[in-house]
Amino acid sequence: MAREGLMYTDSDEWVQKKDNNILRVGITDHAQSELGDIVYVDLPEIGEEYDKGDDVNEIESVKAVAEVKAPVSGKIVAINDQLEDDPALLNEEPFDNGWIFEIEMTDPDQLENLMDLEEYESKLEE
Amino acid sequence: MTELIFELTSPGRKAYTLPDCDVDVDYDDKIKDFIDEEPVNLPEVSEQDLMRHYVELSTLNFHVDKGMYPLGSCTMKYNPKINEDIARLDGFSDIHPYSADEDIQGLLEMLFDFEKDLKILTGMDKFTFQPAAGAHGELTGIKIFRKYFDNKGEDRDKIIVPDSAHGTNPATASMGGFEVITIKSNDKGCVDLDALRDAMDETVAGLYLTNPNTLGIFEEDILEIAKIVHDEGGLLYYDGANLNATMGISRPGDMGFDIVHLNLHKTFSAPHGGGGPGSGPIGVKDFLTQYLPVPVVKKDDNGNKYKLDYSLENTIGKIHGFFGNVGVVVKAYAYTKLLGLKGLKKVSEMACLNANYLKDNLKKDYYLKFNRLCKHEFVLSGKNQKAENSVKTLDIAKRMLDFGVHPPTVYFPQIVDEALMIEPTETESKQSLDNFIRIMKKIASEAKNNPETVKKAPHTTPVKRLNEAKAMRNPDLKYENE
Repeated sequence: MAREGLMYTDSDEWVQKKDNNILRVGITDHAQSELGDIVYVDLPEIGEEYDKGDDVNEIESVKAVAEVKAPVSGKIVAINDQLEDDPALLNEEPFDNGWIFEIEMTDPDQLENLMDLEEYESKLEE
Repeated sequence: MTELIFELTSPGRKAYTLPDCDVDVDYDDKIKDFIDEEPVNLPEVSEQDLMRHYVELSTLNFHVDKGMYPLGSCTMKYNPKINEDIARLDGFSDIHPYSADEDIQGLLEMLFDFEKDLKILTGMDKFTFQPAAGAHGELTGIKIFRKYFDNKGEDRDKIIVPDSAHGTNPATASMGGFEVITIKSNDKGCVDLDALRDAMDETVAGLYLTNPNTLGIFEEDILEIAKIVHDEGGLLYYDGANLNATMGISRPGDMGFDIVHLNLHKTFSAPHGGGGPGSGPIGVKDFLTQYLPVPVVKKDDNGNKYKLDYSLENTIGKIHGFFGNVGVVVKAYAYTKLLGLKGLKKVSEMACLNANYLKDNLKKDYYLKFNRLCKHEFVLSGKNQKAENSVKTLDIAKRMLDFGVHPPTVYFPQIVDEALMIEPTETESKQSLDNFIRIMKKIASEAKNNPETVKKAPHTTPVKRLNEAKAMRNPDLKYENE
């Protein structure tokens, strides 16, 4: 269900550490499976700043609307605009081509609040 | 698939014949340029073709005249056909909205009298029939909230909704320019009083609530809830979508609500689904009557004629043309007069009895998160079927179509995983309920023993499982004329 080497949030986002305090963010396979077929992704603007836990963007599926939250505080530096034309990428490749945005974090200490694979999987089993 | 009416066309064929025009037509020069000489492309079919075509279409569709329609919070009850006859009486259907008050006394009397009935039923002081649906009533309510606090010079920018609220509640608050504060339900499925106390302060305009809530559970602490909101100067809005559970038994006005909307197209049996038309009148307490949309109906000074009153001091203005969807109001009026207060009480008692009968018969087959006495609806969950056999609630819903039953509301409220929100209404007989129980038990057993049948459903409908994502993103809805 989830993947080694990534970090996870309580609200089912995955976080991948890249260079220079930049993090790539998406939703987990579990999250996309709960949402069902995704029909629309409302992407954030590059340059927008968010605090940890803020709603960054919305994902609409055939049965619900869900918010993607900022896993850490920071500034959006990239978005995956492929999702505008092909939101199903979130269902098909949630950990790869279905990534949503990249955020440059202001406080690397916040990474300590994220879960590793083992912790996330045990949360899912609850 | 059935052919379109345009594809049945045979040139020259007619469903009826108009007499020759017996007036000399001499078009004015000014108008001539606008006359289109090209014939309009209309279908040309015989009356029989026409009849067969639309009867066929009606059998492809699902409707409450065809089968049980237990769509939670939507109250898809039977629509008595006498309502249609009454709404078509000349005095209602052949009048013009610009008629002078003295020429439409019958209509005004009907609106005045119905308002009186609704006041008795709800405990509110004054109604408007303008809103065209429940969500439109909510919008009217939020505009009143806004103007009321503006007039008081209070700056309140938040609305509280429980996490079990109808989706229209937060949407309305947002449309009204308010920030939405969602509070969690407690383990009984009701508003958590401590969470409400924490959220409620002088920046909050009020609370949007339905009672019974979307779990079909009566908010037993409603008087305390009202006190918490009122003590901080807030207002209480009653979402009337679930009034079918409490008519003649308890009244939102007595519970402390300041504004209520009713769904005449749900609770009062006017047909709905397929986009309307609906009617969502709102009622307010005395201190808010001057904020209602205009006009409202009142008696003149002698007390024997009805007139339209445009003089409300703080009116929020118009929310709909004229008096709202009057045809729908007439149907609801006919229903109310036929049943009377005692009959309406019986409606609610039977609606609750039917829901409890289904709930108790199905709780072994489907997970029931809140196992307690319910009102007019209840929420089952397909989570065991999903965990054990990967059969999702959507699959169960699709399978129901194969047995001639409309699926309930699914995946709502979101506080129950894999939710199936079932509202049988009072108009289903015991035989019909037993049939529903049999179908649901059969599907539960199929989910265990033959899950593929459920996962691939429906099998017997005119179209099979649709690609919902594609249908949402690229809907193909219009006839292309080549």
